[in-house]
Amino acid sequence: MQGFEPTIVAFCCHYCAYGAADLAGSMRLEYPPNIRVIRLPCTGKITPVFLLRAFEKGADGVYVAGCLEGDCHFIQGNLVAKPRVNYTKKLIEEVGLEPERLEMFNMSAAMGPRFAEVALEFTERIKNLGPSPINKKYRNLKNEAA
Amino acid sequence: MVIGERKPFEEITRMLEGHKKVMVLGCGGCVTVCLTGGDEAVRVLSSQLRMARDNQGNPIEIIEKTVERQCDPEYIEEVHALVPEVDAVLSMACGAGVGFMAERYTSTPLYPALNTTFVGGSKKEGYYVERCQTCGECKLYYTGGICPITRCSKSLLNGPCGGSTKGKCEIDPEVDCGWQLIVDRLKSLNLMDRYEEIMTSNDWRTNRDGGPRKMVREDFQR
Repeated sequence: MQGFEPTIVAFCCHYCAYGAADLAGSMRLEYPPNIRVIRLPCTGKITPVFLLRAFEKGADGVYVAGCLEGDCHFIQGNLVAKPRVNYTKKLIEEVGLEPERLEMFNMSAAMGPRFAEVALEFTERIKNLGPSPINKKYRNLKNEAA
Repeated sequence: MVIGERKPFEEITRMLEGHKKVMVLGCGGCVTVCLTGGDEAVRVLSSQLRMARDNQGNPIEIIEKTVERQCDPEYIEEVHALVPEVDAVLSMACGAGVGFMAERYTSTPLYPALNTTFVGGSKKEGYYVERCQTCGECKLYYTGGICPITRCSKSLLNGPCGGSTKGKCEIDPEVDCGWQLIVDRLKSLNLMDRYEEIMTSNDWRTNRDGGPRKMVREDFQR
């Protein structure tokens, strides 16, 4: 869709991805303004409800960014999150959304450039997929166009 | 506990076709413990249903609610003011909970969101195994606490059969032979004399014969 600017929710762990986002800012790295960061104490806090609610509220894409595997501040929170994200992919597929709209990434707090890279890559991916069918703003535009 | 598994999403949406407002009712008992029918499961399913219906341009309004247990009259009474407001109730309890709700609320359709699968326990988080078939005739004294009705694929009372190989059952190399487990346990307990006793056939009248079963504590009757 022409001029489509996706809304992307990024659930970021306080101990890594959130720090990486901070670092990306300090390094003056550019990344797309479509990302809405939500800080979590640990990605182990993630449940399917969080992710589904984001889609229900109109997010076109959602990702969870946690510590590198083996480096979780709470030992294995990121390993708890990983299968939950994979499970939620199936849940959104049942609803009629592409599972690619949801992803989990791992990075350390020192990986500011990686944060920017992930934000860019994921935004591109969602732009290619187009607006989420649940996203009311674009659905209304589509209906008007039709 | 009673283990339940969520029905396929497509089957649930088919049940709710034509309904505009429903209640998704969770149960705080067994199905909360086995992660399929508690408050969290209610929120997940409700969110999915809203999105799926929204996607079809046919939105649905959902009341999300979870009661302590759906198999107790006093707890299901909590939703008596809400039930008349909805076209249908989708219960996330086991079959007993759905049945109790359907008996109490006769003018609203009651649908099951789960398939009630077995009585069991959790080996680890999110991993459940069957341990009882509620036959009503416990043999566990003779078998070292390992149930031959449940753990033996043929429910043999005097096993093992010829399909037992290296401690595994012929139906699946992943399944332990129930009778191998029993013999090993009795040996380690030094109670092999109990294995020598021939068990007479089960009295299956306590299992299903005579219709639905009941258990009454006389000292609680008024």
